[in-house]
Amino acid sequence: MEKFTGKVWVLGDDIDTDIIIPTEYLALKTIEDMKQYGFSPLRPELAGQIEKGDIIVAGKNFGCGSSREQAPEVLKALGIRCIIAKSFARIFFRNSINNGLLLMEQQDLSGHVREGEEITVVVNSHVSYNGKNYPLASLPENLVEIINAGGLVKAMRVRNGLERV
Amino acid sequence: MGQTIIEKIIARNIGAESVKPGDIVTTSVDRVMLDDIMIPFIADKFHEMGFSKIWAPHKAVLIYDHLVPSSQIDDIRHYKAGEAFALKYGIEHVHRSDGICHQLMTEAGYVKPGDVVFGTDSHTTTYGCVGAFSTGIGYTEMAAILGTGNLWVKVPETIKIVIDGTLPDNVMSKDVILRIIGDLGADGATYRALEFAGAAVERMSVSSRMTMANMAIEAGAKCAVFTPDEKTAEYCGITLNDFQRNLIGDRDAAYCRVLTYHGEDFVPVMACPSQVDKIRSVSQLEGLPIDQVFIGSCTNGRLEDLKMAAKVLDGKSVAPFVKLIVTPASRKVYQEAAACGAIKTLVEAGAMVTHPGCGLCCGRAGGILCDGERVVATNNRNFLGRMGTSKVEIYLASPAVAAACAAAGKIVSPTI
Amino acid sequence: MGMTIAEKIIALAAGVPEVKAGDIHTVNLDRMMSNDGTTHLTVDMYHNRLKDPKIADPKKMVFIVDHNVPSDSPKTAAAQKKMRDFAKEHGIDFWEGKGVCHQIMMEHYVCPGELIFGADSHTCTYGALGAFGTGVGCTDLLYGMVTGTSWVLVPETIKFNLTGKLPEGVYPRDLMLTIIGEISASGASYQVMEFCGDGAKTLTVDDRMVLCNLAVEAGAKTAVFEADEIALDWLKERGRKPKAVFKSDEDAVYVKEYTFDLSKIEPVAARPDFVDDVVPAKEVCGVRIDQAFLGSCNNGRIGDLRVGASIVKGRKISDHVRFLVVPASRQVYLQALKEGLIDIFMESGAIVMNPNCSVCWGSCQGVIGENEVLISTGTRNFKGRAGHPSSKVYLGSAATVAASAVKGEICTADMLKD
Repeated sequence: MEKFTGKVWVLGDDIDTDIIIPTEYLALKTIEDMKQYGFSPLRPELAGQIEKGDIIVAGKNFGCGSSREQAPEVLKALGIRCIIAKSFARIFFRNSINNGLLLMEQQDLSGHVREGEEITVVVNSHVSYNGKNYPLASLPENLVEIINAGGLVKAMRVRNGLERV
Repeated sequence: MGQTIIEKIIARNIGAESVKPGDIVTTSVDRVMLDDIMIPFIADKFHEMGFSKIWAPHKAVLIYDHLVPSSQIDDIRHYKAGEAFALKYGIEHVHRSDGICHQLMTEAGYVKPGDVVFGTDSHTTTYGCVGAFSTGIGYTEMAAILGTGNLWVKVPETIKIVIDGTLPDNVMSKDVILRIIGDLGADGATYRALEFAGAAVERMSVSSRMTMANMAIEAGAKCAVFTPDEKTAEYCGITLNDFQRNLIGDRDAAYCRVLTYHGEDFVPVMACPSQVDKIRSVSQLEGLPIDQVFIGSCTNGRLEDLKMAAKVLDGKSVAPFVKLIVTPASRKVYQEAAACGAIKTLVEAGAMVTHPGCGLCCGRAGGILCDGERVVATNNRNFLGRMGTSKVEIYLASPAVAAACAAAGKIVSPTI
Repeated sequence: MGMTIAEKIIALAAGVPEVKAGDIHTVNLDRMMSNDGTTHLTVDMYHNRLKDPKIADPKKMVFIVDHNVPSDSPKTAAAQKKMRDFAKEHGIDFWEGKGVCHQIMMEHYVCPGELIFGADSHTCTYGALGAFGTGVGCTDLLYGMVTGTSWVLVPETIKFNLTGKLPEGVYPRDLMLTIIGEISASGASYQVMEFCGDGAKTLTVDDRMVLCNLAVEAGAKTAVFEADEIALDWLKERGRKPKAVFKSDEDAVYVKEYTFDLSKIEPVAARPDFVDDVVPAKEVCGVRIDQAFLGSCNNGRIGDLRVGASIVKGRKISDHVRFLVVPASRQVYLQALKEGLIDIFMESGAIVMNPNCSVCWGSCQGVIGENEVLISTGTRNFKGRAGHPSSKVYLGSAATVAASAVKGEICTADMLKD
């Protein structure tokens, strides 16, 4: 079972994709150009503080709003290892899976964990924080397949004979 | 066992007798919509995936709307990427300055009742107004569809919303959907379909239904759908076939939730900053001074919306130092609004009428605001920073409310 | 000794019987115009650089938001808000989204004989009504705002004797570009271009605006026509009266004289990146374009829209061209709407924008991209003015621009096949 530890950033409910990456920056050439503007309407300093391997813990409806796939790509580019929220908006959820960004639903953690502290995630099992385990549900099989393939692009490359599994 | 409308559409699409919520199925896509913001990314992913042709070029529609007219030099790169992709893969349905994607998809006849449609924009839910299953996806999935013609979906549970009775004169379908979003919450319909029914809904024009299907995403819904009727047939320029006529939620269909409203109970409302589900009646907010009003977007930039605004503003002037920006949803809407005199009335009242496009709603141009300013807008989102800085307050409302506010220079209820 | 029109206007404003070129005079300003290009800077200076700021006469001030309309960034929004708040506080006439500043000034304010400062180089437009309008920076404007006065160096005047009549299909814009091509971009530096002669009588006020507006592109301080019957009728229709109607004296002193025969003018274009690189339009035909622009304080009036509409009517804009049509003011827009021109443009596939400076200003909606080519009725074709530094701008008449939009490459209207 995949297991990792990371530092936590805590965000609230309804973190929309306009907050994750505002429309103003969507026509920049690359995700690398965009990532410095991540979360700028809400916490302009945050993009500069996130380090590789950090984890976002949030409330309900994370990623609501537009279908912009730049949102999960920016989060990945910033180094976010995974996001644990009470719930996710559906387009954001699909986009994240397709880009290999791990999302997990957990109802209680966001109310308990403090920003800057570390948590340990055991995928498809639980999160450990402050001596307590918070259970995680397993992902549906078809999504596991996409993630195992290394994302949708890789899956299509395999389909088109450009790569092997 | 009966079926909901969405279940019927998906079952037919995959050639099954029936489907049930939670089933994961592979759909054959009837139409896709690609927009200007996403096209360079779609093209990149498509190439990276190793595809060399589009499964059915005539099923793809490429629309420039977020970046029209250009406001940043980089916007042009997106047009060029679109041109190159369309030329290389034979996409003939290209709209370069004809209006907002969601308006054009039904208006120009690309979507018919019962179709399965995906678009690279979250408000793709709009096409449920004609009884289609449509939803927004990211550019990676779009690239995969363009290569394969297929996309997997999980059959959603359906929330049925029945609105019987008659709406008051000063209430528009925007007030109805805002109230429903307020009741459901911004995540109240996540992963689910909304199915609308009832006498008030049957009386609505296709345009009014569009407003509601458009905003379903703001409650997190995967899609929203209306039963196609004679109005739908006329709007789509078709005669309904048996399958289309039968797109009615069965009496014994399984709904995860049923909400019932009485049309008479609705009042003009607003979504307050900065959540779409923070709904207050306009009467509670009256007197709040405003700096700008925006009437437009795929939610409320149609002919009936402009006509309503013109009716409210006829013979009146926009309040001094207040800006009214009107952005028709499409070229056709603009021309029709000009022909019926609505544009003249609006401009004489003091409106700036811009070229059709996403305009201010997508926050790149068209009336951006600064710290401390307050705007009443008819679009679909009032998220933090969406129309300028994070210190801009956005109130979402119907075109009737917005027009009344423009004349008053403050929040007021419309008198119709 | 005799005086020119410009000298007479300055003498009146200075309260002296006579002025001559080279004199410096303190003048009372009749009006001052400032737009959203710089007003926020003027307001900042007003608040931060003056000890006891006050405005001499708010009634003389006009603030016009036209450059970035509607606002396209928090920065422009903040600049415009500063302007709006200041106008509200001080009771200054404030126009927003109603048109390009010079067009609004002509429609509502300018009167023959007035001396007007505008914080915009194309303020010279007002000479079409026999007024002395000239562009200034925001420091000059601030000084005028708080004192009601300023100083001017009386400029020398160049006489442009116009004869004959423009042939069909040739427009005042072709004439003015031809003149600038001939005398060069610095051919009238610090000087006044005075247009007169029988040819001038064939030109409407709108036509005269085209000539005066572009005078700054020849370096002129301003340009002026005599306020003749044509001008006075135009003024009367709008319910205004002249401050003073001046003619140049027979013995007035001109530093130079030119004669242009209007009947010899042909369609021309200014090539990138200089307004005075003017060649017959035929010479640049075939250049593939990405965008065409019909609008601006130079060429966005009803007559220009009529010309453009008559060419695109029943035709479609080329797929690869974005054709921006931007009426110069709300009045122009409403007239065009009434005449069905807006519908013709929309039907053809054009992008019809609300009245504003658009791509002529180049830092707002309508900007062009890397290596793109624009043909424009705007005022300038300087390097990078319309967007990306590598982009190119050709200037031509409304007819040439509309025809090019249809063809997808530069062409004159007579080259369009039915």
